[in-house]
Amino acid sequence: MQEFMNEMIRRGKELLSGGAVQRVLGWKKGDLGYNPEPAFFLGEQDLDEFVYDGFCGANLSKFMIEASKMEGKTLVFLKPCDTYSYKQLLMEHRVDREKSYIIGVGCSGKLDVNKMQREGIRGIKSVEEEGDVLRFHTVYGEKECPRSRMLLERCHVCKGKEHQIYDERIGESEETGDRDRFEQVRQIEAMEPEERFAFFKGELSKCIRCNACRNVCPACSCRKCVFDGSQFDSSQKANADSFEEQMFHIIRAFHVTGRCTDCGECSRVCPQGIPLHLFNRKLIKDINTFYGEYQAGVSTDCEMPLTDYTAGDPEPNAAERGR
Amino acid sequence: MQKIGVFVCHCGSNIAATVDVARVAEEIRKEPGVVHAEDYPYMCSEAGQAKIASAIKEKGLTAIVVCSCSPRMHEATFRKAASRAGLNPYMVEIANIREHCSWIHKDREEATEKSVILARAAVSKVNLDTPLQPGESRVTKRALVIGGGIAGIQTALDIADAGYEVDIVEKTPSIGGRMSQLDKTFPTLDCSACILTPKMVEAAAHEKITLYTYSEVESISGFVGDFTVEIRKKARSVDMSKCTGCGVCQEKCPSRKAPNEFNRGLDTRSAIYTPFAQAIPNVPVIDREHCIKFKTGKCGVCARVCQAGAIDYEQKDELITRKYGAIVAATGFDMIKLDQFDEFAYSQSPDVITSLELERIMNAAGPTKGHLEKLSDHKPPKSMVFVQCVGSRGQTCRDKSYCSKICCMYTAKHAMLIRDKYPDVDVTVFYIDVRTPGKNFDEFYRRAVEEYGVHYIKGQVGKVAPTEGGLLVQASDLLDNRQILMKTDMVVLAAAIEPDPDVRRLATMLTASIDTNNFLTEAHPKLRPVESPTAGIFLSGVCQGPKDIPETVAQAGAAAIKAVGLLAKDKLVTNPCTAKADELLCNGCSCCARVCPYGAITYEEKEINDHGIREVRRVAAVNDALCQGCGACTVACPSGAMDLQGFSNRQITAEVDAICR
Amino acid sequence: MSIEKSEFRPKIVAFCCNWCSYAGADLAGSSRLSYPADVKIIRVPCSCRVNPMFILRAFQKGADGVILCGCHPGDCHYSTGNYYARRRMKLLFSMLDFIGVESGRTRVEWVSAAEGVKFSQTMNAFVEEIRSLGKNVRLEDLRCRNS
Repeated sequence: MQEFMNEMIRRGKELLSGGAVQRVLGWKKGDLGYNPEPAFFLGEQDLDEFVYDGFCGANLSKFMIEASKMEGKTLVFLKPCDTYSYKQLLMEHRVDREKSYIIGVGCSGKLDVNKMQREGIRGIKSVEEEGDVLRFHTVYGEKECPRSRMLLERCHVCKGKEHQIYDERIGESEETGDRDRFEQVRQIEAMEPEERFAFFKGELSKCIRCNACRNVCPACSCRKCVFDGSQFDSSQKANADSFEEQMFHIIRAFHVTGRCTDCGECSRVCPQGIPLHLFNRKLIKDINTFYGEYQAGVSTDCEMPLTDYTAGDPEPNAAERGR
Repeated sequence: MQKIGVFVCHCGSNIAATVDVARVAEEIRKEPGVVHAEDYPYMCSEAGQAKIASAIKEKGLTAIVVCSCSPRMHEATFRKAASRAGLNPYMVEIANIREHCSWIHKDREEATEKSVILARAAVSKVNLDTPLQPGESRVTKRALVIGGGIAGIQTALDIADAGYEVDIVEKTPSIGGRMSQLDKTFPTLDCSACILTPKMVEAAAHEKITLYTYSEVESISGFVGDFTVEIRKKARSVDMSKCTGCGVCQEKCPSRKAPNEFNRGLDTRSAIYTPFAQAIPNVPVIDREHCIKFKTGKCGVCARVCQAGAIDYEQKDELITRKYGAIVAATGFDMIKLDQFDEFAYSQSPDVITSLELERIMNAAGPTKGHLEKLSDHKPPKSMVFVQCVGSRGQTCRDKSYCSKICCMYTAKHAMLIRDKYPDVDVTVFYIDVRTPGKNFDEFYRRAVEEYGVHYIKGQVGKVAPTEGGLLVQASDLLDNRQILMKTDMVVLAAAIEPDPDVRRLATMLTASIDTNNFLTEAHPKLRPVESPTAGIFLSGVCQGPKDIPETVAQAGAAAIKAVGLLAKDKLVTNPCTAKADELLCNGCSCCARVCPYGAITYEEKEINDHGIREVRRVAAVNDALCQGCGACTVACPSGAMDLQGFSNRQITAEVDAICR
Repeated sequence: MSIEKSEFRPKIVAFCCNWCSYAGADLAGSSRLSYPADVKIIRVPCSCRVNPMFILRAFQKGADGVILCGCHPGDCHYSTGNYYARRRMKLLFSMLDFIGVESGRTRVEWVSAAEGVKFSQTMNAFVEEIRSLGKNVRLEDLRCRNS
């Protein structure tokens, strides 16, 4: 991990000093041992604060929208799953390939801080990753656990270790997918409508409309969200009624239908722990079932499911509604 | 806030019998913005319209709602009335309290209550209406016809006869198309050239028609009434103004090994050539791939023998840019390639031919001078087998799912002609169904069977195998339920027809839609069969779907009159209820353009001033002349930047709110 | 049917495309084919104009059922509009079903301008279904009012 990060820093410095890129988009050490944050590095010196470890879950592709408006090229580090988002943004003309220098970085799954807290690991000072072992240095002493136990949900259903787009690659990736991507969706589908309703009511009631999901989502990148605009008379900052949350999440999922790459960032950043990815994944599952397998961000010259049709598409009504 | 007037119609007793119209007026008067409400027996009458006009003037109304019959009935009437009174006609909404209320409900209380709600919804909508102005765009009075076959020629002639300039772009050296390759035509058996050549001559001689042969469309921009087209005139290497068409160059050309496309490659031609004797223009082309001069630099025979000095080896492609008001696609068809149909031994035996090859063999100007003979040994055949539906009506990926439509009839024609000229030749036709809808078509087919003794067997041919002294045909007879193994001398395959492969590129340039089989799509399968969904683009001939000659000519005429109808206008008035992009909200993602059936949305890099931030952004722009106002884009747009005038997001939301209140 | 339910008057919003279904509704009217007054029609140019926002908005404001009617697939006035609408509604309805909203509350029907009878039958059946489902408490206020 360490050499691999050093190699990233070395390449970053090399490209910066050679003038090939004007800035580096990567992850910067946070104030705690487990909260690196996305950052632009402008000078070689700044890169000393660069970090790449198991906590660098953040998908940097969305920042390339802004970077594409800046002078010159930006070096961006993208994990395999992030490249899907980048490519989808490329398809939508939101990022400028000419202004991007993409280094595909290896990934062996990213860690879930919430899981650690749920497991009672608190007061983390730093974390060491050694193969499949995680060693926590906490204010209460040391703790160890298998790394695979702390992976983000999305890493258990990893889309694969292939970068969809890159200029060069650094580091190896490890396969972490060991679960069925649609298992959770299937479990909910198998419930009675009342149970499903109760489940989502419980989850969505936690929503505080902090918009973290919206802000982090690479597909949800409108200049101005319809929920902030006046077009649908839905711009109240204070919710007019509690239906707003439901409407917000359903519409948000709908707006990214066929564009969502299932990167899982929405669930990762939700401070209330709402499994928001379930909405997107349900839609992806439906698309696959009704219109054939589709993965956003694989190709830029295909039709997206909602901008496409066939004469024999299934009908929407309940009677014909497949699960 | 608008100053809204509401007019409730009794429609005699049609509405008033079940709806308490006075109460509707009274209730609606309480709505914010409503400054006037009245009811009247017949709103659509002169007197009713006068009431609306005077209320507009007296109360200074800025918007009106008429509670009456369906807007499909009288919306236009009330818009005109409003317009006459000085109100923008798009500030009018109709609440349909007749068809959707009084006529279907019996309970007076219920119907009145519903009428009030429908009126409220209309008031909510009209409150958000904005005055709209129909746009105008000019019309260039010139048409372009792409393709110079019978479809293109007929369309051009009809447009030209109506008095408009027409250009025909044809990619081969001569106009005439597939029809010029045919020997005889069904169901009358007249000679194809005899009826086509006069049309070709007429087109060439017509003062309103300009021919661009050996030319292709390079690019198309613009929209209905105002297309700009770039045409590439490929280098002919012969000066058209000097050539007299004497043909000496072709006689003397030493390179004679080029496959003759006109004869479907069954023989060869010279490198400098006109495709066929009646070619128009009668000016040869040098096929640079096969010309010795172009290949080695040495030769120049044609230049030496040409007394007119027309040969020009230096000639270059020429690009011509012209403006057109209307474009007609008449790109025609070709037969499918048979390389995936090995079971018929097409590539193994020269005696297995396609129907179009048979046309050339039967034609006096063809590779055998019109003698029916086997190509393997030039002996006359004793028996022939015709296989129908080769690649048509199939289920597998090599097949076309559609019926090619012309094969049943031309096969009957071939069989009849052969039996007539060579009565000793035994003719068997294997078919799935014989389809003969058309005037005198079934009679024609029955003559082949009854008078000419052609054997028709319902069943498919499974295999054709070249053997010693002939072809072995394995087939089934479905009616007698038996397998057939027969020897024959020649097999003729009725290969499926498919749109010319260039049509894909053309469709992209035209932003015209195309179906899965590459046929150009019509604007409406029943009601607008000769128009493309893209305004100003018309469809003529097989590019829209399989057709025989009479149908092609009929459609060509229909396409022409549609084009003329457009060219006859000086200006086009555009429907103002079109989509509009809010540039400040647009992400430039192209989702809207992807769902637009009319190619009305384009993107431009534009400097945007977003609350003081100036930056160049990729934003959507809607061409009002092309947009038909369906609204598909408005929902595809995630940011809500795309909205539809007259049916805006806020308006429909307001209607929903009014109904659910 | 209990007395309580028969007294329940649902609010039903019907989006109808201008070219086929709105004309079909007109034909139902001129043929005097009745259906309950609970149905209120909103005219849209094409079924593809109907934004999921409108449907959710209707539920938010207290609609008990929403039905979208358009031209039969293949007959769209704009060629392809209803194909897009069909995909959008398929996915939206499936999503609503997923979160536990009764699937009977949403519906798509293809009604041509000649199908006045079908329009009336469709509306009668839909109103019947909504009446049997009762008041829409789930979507109107998912979080508070139902608990």
